[in-house]
Amino acid sequence: MKFTWFNLMPWPFLPDDFREKNHSVWVDIDQRLFDPVKSNAVYNTYMDLLEYADTLGFDGVGVNEHHQNGYGIMPSPNIIAAGLARRTKNAAIVVLGNSIALYNPPVRVAEEFAMLDCISGGRLVAGFPVGTSMDTNYCYGQIPALTREKYAEAHELIIRAWTERDPFAFNGRYNKLRHVNIWPRPIQQPHPPVHIPGGGSVETYDFCIDNTYSYSYLSFTGYLRAKALLQGYWNRVEERGAPDKSPYRAGFAQTICVAETDEEAERLYWPHIHYFYNRCLHVYPGFADAPGYRTIKTIQAGALSQYAPPKGFGELTWKDLTEGGHVIAGSPETVRQRMEDLIKGLNVGNIFCLMHVGDMPAEKCMYSSRLFAEKVMPKLRGLFPEWEADERFWCHPIADRAVPGSLPAAPTMAPGAAPRATVPAE
Amino acid sequence: MSAMQSKTVETRHATVRYLEGGAGEPLVYLHGAGGMTDGDPLLAELAEAYHVHAPFLPGYGDTAECGSLRDMLDFTLHGWDVVEGLGLKDPILVGHSMGGMIAAEMAALAPNDVSRLALICPAGLWLDDTPIPDMFSLLPFELPKFLFHDPEAGAKLMTSGLDMSDPKFLQDYLVRNARQMGMAGKILFPVPERGLAERLYRVKARTVIVWGMSDRMIPPAYGPAFRAAIAAATLVNVPDAGHMVILEQPAEVARAIASVALRR
Repeated sequence: MKFTWFNLMPWPFLPDDFREKNHSVWVDIDQRLFDPVKSNAVYNTYMDLLEYADTLGFDGVGVNEHHQNGYGIMPSPNIIAAGLARRTKNAAIVVLGNSIALYNPPVRVAEEFAMLDCISGGRLVAGFPVGTSMDTNYCYGQIPALTREKYAEAHELIIRAWTERDPFAFNGRYNKLRHVNIWPRPIQQPHPPVHIPGGGSVETYDFCIDNTYSYSYLSFTGYLRAKALLQGYWNRVEERGAPDKSPYRAGFAQTICVAETDEEAERLYWPHIHYFYNRCLHVYPGFADAPGYRTIKTIQAGALSQYAPPKGFGELTWKDLTEGGHVIAGSPETVRQRMEDLIKGLNVGNIFCLMHVGDMPAEKCMYSSRLFAEKVMPKLRGLFPEWEADERFWCHPIADRAVPGSLPAAPTMAPGAAPRATVPAE
Repeated sequence: MSAMQSKTVETRHATVRYLEGGAGEPLVYLHGAGGMTDGDPLLAELAEAYHVHAPFLPGYGDTAECGSLRDMLDFTLHGWDVVEGLGLKDPILVGHSMGGMIAAEMAALAPNDVSRLALICPAGLWLDDTPIPDMFSLLPFELPKFLFHDPEAGAKLMTSGLDMSDPKFLQDYLVRNARQMGMAGKILFPVPERGLAERLYRVKARTVIVWGMSDRMIPPAYGPAFRAAIAAATLVNVPDAGHMVILEQPAEVARAIASVALRR
């Protein structure tokens, strides 16, 4: 099992009446609700928490990309990942990911991911999302019906930039480059492992299967609702004749809150869970799915945006959310049982643990994360023993990695000069 | 019974469905982003005086979207491919909204092949002081107030006979919307402007520009901008009509088209 500690980085100061008074948490969120001075502490606390997760023994620390979004103040995950590459020691740096259709030219992603891989000593797990319709179409102006074609071209360009050893010309429809020759290139060969966040498109299933990429379902509606979607994926894995059904071919994001008892979990975490589902997921439904963004085949298969559920998220109670599986919360034993159901039920080897929720303060987040790492994670590690050796979907760091801050003592003379002969005392 | 017959014509890129009816001077009508039905009152008006050909853009009506039409030039040339396929020379060229944008581009690309042009609330220009609403993010129930002079009556026109609570209807609606607006988005998303302002000087056609004075989708301020950019243009403002002036005042629109329709 691979457990990645994930933080969406929500803005923790949305007002109580945010839902009633605002059009959307995303795309056209009120500028005035962001306080740059307060963000100094918010960003640093969030990065401290990611670093703390490394010390707890999580397999990875995860970041992602959203734009103009009140629950994700991380338009450039690579900036956060660069800090983590320096300040964490063992965890994989899981960037899930860069919306590759948005980078111009996309070799920028090949370069920045290569830098992260080199700085971290081969700890990068690379993610290539198409991006949500909010980010990709409404914030970044990509034409919905052309987004997937542009994405596919960007993917081809990045993989070629990573793997070819001589400069090449790239004559794409969206990218015309005469000299592709990235410098640096990644440590991991032939390239870092790739995870693809998806929302139920059949095309994305096939893309992952054909390229041996891990398919990640990042949802807020929990594993009970994810079953049909991931079953669709596993059916497709079989249909396409993939050589195996390794659980590491799939990943799943789950909100998790651990306390000593179930009651303590509700008392400690309910306000922050409520903040997230009530305020952070207040997305104007008109931004959820620009026409043309999803293929006709996918709509006909019934895979619609999770951001425009028929009944909304705002009124859900603790009971609704925990029983419905949106949130797995409770004592270590409760959480272990439900996580085991999830892992076996979905056949997923990569878990993106959403351990920070809404406006949760650092100490509660640390408490929950530590309990999970110490009392839950060890009991789940042994699931899928037959796939323990499957390393296709995870990073391969070099053994002897540089340690930041290991400069020699500041020199007092020109390096390499012979020490001055001491003058014998008379 | 509709006077319009549904037919198809092949182009290199697509099998194009079109409505045909009436007799007289050939007229080509290009519909807007919302699509077109065979019961369209403007088409019925026009069929009284002209031989009307109204092609569906691929993705509209019952046709599949077309992946090889990607940008404005593709759409413009597709328009000419359809005219060619229909065997027409210098038809009266009429377009509403998105169709007006395509018609204007066609007339700018091939100015010697269009002598009469009617643009009804056309898209294609952008005025910073008068931004056009983001039509792609609007929910169905929000549309009437942008489209109609009388939103309440307009809402009834849009939803008559439809059951929004039927899941099958909803799925069909989503598929149709994705097909249609997905194609429209290639030239209208996220800002419905693709450089037409720099090409309008080429238009030689006698042109009438028709605007619903209550248009809240593409506001009437765009009328004078089109008129100023086209050499031989007149502007007709129609009261008691919004962006869907073609439904609210079809007779007024037909009268305006008649003012340029005569061959000189």
